[in-house]
Amino acid sequence: MKLLEARDIVKQFSNHLALNKVSLAVNEGSIYGLLGPNGAGKTTLIRIINQITAPDNGEIFFNNHKLEANDVFEIGYLPEERGLYRKMKVGEQAIYLAQLKGLSRSDAISRLKNWFEKFEIQAWWDKKVEELSKGMQQKIQFITTVIHEPKLLIFDEPFSGFDPINANIIKQEILELKKKGATIIFSTHNMESVEELCTHITLINESVSLLEGPMDTIRRNYSLDEYEIGFRGDINLLKATLTTQYKIIENKQKNGDNFVRVRLLNDISTNNLLNAMLSSGNIISFNEIIPSMNDVFIKVVEDASKKNK
Amino acid sequence: MSKISIIIQREYLTRVKKKSFIIMTLLAPLFMAAMFIVPVWIMTRDDAEEKVIAVVEDETNLFKDVIPNSKYLKFEYLVDVTLDDLKTNFSDKGYYAVLHISPKVAYIPNAVQLISHKQPPLDLTIHIANALEKEIEQKKLEAYDIKDLDKILKAVSTNINVQTIKISDDGIEKETSTGLAMGIAYIGGLLIYILTFIFGAQVMRGVIEEKTSRVVEVIISSVRPFQLMMGKILGIGLVGLTQFVLWIIITAIIITAAQSFLLPDDIGQTTQAITENIMSSTPVEQTQVPIQTQEFNEIQQVFNSLHSINWGLILSSFLFYFLGGYFLYASLFAAVGSAVDNETDTQQFMMPITIPLILGLFVAMGTFQNPESSVAFWFSFIPLTSPIVMMARLPFGVPYWELILSMIILILTFLGTTWLAAKIYRTGILMYGKKTTYKELWKWLRYKN
Repeated sequence: MKLLEARDIVKQFSNHLALNKVSLAVNEGSIYGLLGPNGAGKTTLIRIINQITAPDNGEIFFNNHKLEANDVFEIGYLPEERGLYRKMKVGEQAIYLAQLKGLSRSDAISRLKNWFEKFEIQAWWDKKVEELSKGMQQKIQFITTVIHEPKLLIFDEPFSGFDPINANIIKQEILELKKKGATIIFSTHNMESVEELCTHITLINESVSLLEGPMDTIRRNYSLDEYEIGFRGDINLLKATLTTQYKIIENKQKNGDNFVRVRLLNDISTNNLLNAMLSSGNIISFNEIIPSMNDVFIKVVEDASKKNK
Repeated sequence: MSKISIIIQREYLTRVKKKSFIIMTLLAPLFMAAMFIVPVWIMTRDDAEEKVIAVVEDETNLFKDVIPNSKYLKFEYLVDVTLDDLKTNFSDKGYYAVLHISPKVAYIPNAVQLISHKQPPLDLTIHIANALEKEIEQKKLEAYDIKDLDKILKAVSTNINVQTIKISDDGIEKETSTGLAMGIAYIGGLLIYILTFIFGAQVMRGVIEEKTSRVVEVIISSVRPFQLMMGKILGIGLVGLTQFVLWIIITAIIITAAQSFLLPDDIGQTTQAITENIMSSTPVEQTQVPIQTQEFNEIQQVFNSLHSINWGLILSSFLFYFLGGYFLYASLFAAVGSAVDNETDTQQFMMPITIPLILGLFVAMGTFQNPESSVAFWFSFIPLTSPIVMMARLPFGVPYWELILSMIILILTFLGTTWLAAKIYRTGILMYGKKTTYKELWKWLRYKN
């Protein structure tokens, strides 16, 4: 079931088109990656979902109805450029933000106490925000984003500003929230964390959505039909065997074994490759090479900019 | 609880809890009270020290014991002592000053000298001059040798006080005091000017704070920008109101407390009556106090004039114009705050806001000279200046239709500016980095929601 659906969203600013008919569909319970280079229009789209700005055209559906004002209670948003009232005390501020998300004061306090215990930061409650380090502030901000247990969470670069240990804590919390049924939109430039967390992605470039779908499918679609084969035997013999229909991209030697990367040409099947290789030695491994999200990202964006030129 | 009331609560509580708020709330009434109390205190206390003044003449003895002693001034007439004997050592002999009267004094006004080490107070020289003038006049008149001169003089002596009475259209007479009206007009106009500036600027600073700390994006993902802006304006407006009410209460308490042991009873009662009158804020019925020219009592006059002022109208109008003017300017201040990244960038947009405010103050000052002038009339309708100018006109009496029309215009205008400001605000709070121009603001105004 789809929790959030954007249909043909158009947003024009005075001097540039920020979003040009961008659509996406986020399944309930998934972690959805919103990718794209700087200035592609991701933040604008996120702001439209948060009803901070309105689209010029197109519609957003949330939980099977058209997005409406009260839906903000079901959405939690951690903006990339985050901040808190510097002069306000941590506890008071967290209560305030939770109240704005529709929690009663007593509810807010009891939930916050739980989170503060979990992160072992009870001592911060009466400190002013400006007395905390940046990483500490980020933690508070994370708590205030999820405190109302919304159906949809939008994290824009959630790990920036965290050291690896704290980044891992936050990652575990995100996975925990997913387990509890939250749907998460995750915008980042860190492709490793996308591969690790996301099930679906959309890639926006220059106001246009270039890719949308399950991440595995997309990566497979961008696979170059390359395989890595490990074998024990004569590399020159192999080279002589794999001629016209194959292309050897590279070969490495490791502990006396050869690892060859081969690209299949002319729709030839992997079985043909294996057959052809059998005579050259003992095959010890055979792996399809699926491109990393990093590779996909770079390829898609570069292809698009070539096309535009 | 609705979102806007949560916002109002935060804006209000964070400010009211600040040390600076508490200090200002306590200090300002002290200053205000000091303005009332210190002059009276000085009047009663200044000459507490007894001064003995030696009086010498050049062997004529014309003015022996002519100058009367007062509570703190003693005059010692010294016979057979010349000025030169005393000039250098009068303070050693315990004299505050030496008064030298030359026989030529009847013809040459400068023939009287007071020699002292310190600058003598004005009332001392006036006291001496009055006594000598009276004596010399007396002597001169005696030279004419007219019978029953004293009686004649008494009979022709006249004392005039102009009593100003205004008759309203329905024929009710009111004794007025231009001085008092001016005082109230001045305080009313100036207070509106100052309060609008202080609290308007607080709104602006609050908006800039939210923008630079980037907390604004989190908040407007929960509430509409308009709610955030209005919550801030209303919250700070309440802070202003709280401070103002506390100022009045604390000032009244200080004055009441101070007068009970500082001031003599009659003045004390008057000030107490004044304070009570202001505090109860109900128009006191004009009581026709007969005024006897012989025993003219200045304090009595002030007291009567105070009754003639419609305190209920003045105070409720003050509240209205404070709030109206504040809302009008606060929304503009909020728009400016949203358009800039930090406080130093505000200057280019501050000009169009500060100029009408200052202009209003200038016109208000002119109002004291001529409350019925056409400039004052028109500026008390222009909403950007009306809160200040109308407050300055009000104590001199303003027809109700003018007051109501001016209020309606003000309400309509602040609804309009709030609407416009909200449009700028909504776009401005999410704009960073670029220096905003007027052209840009115009564009923001025309953006669709």
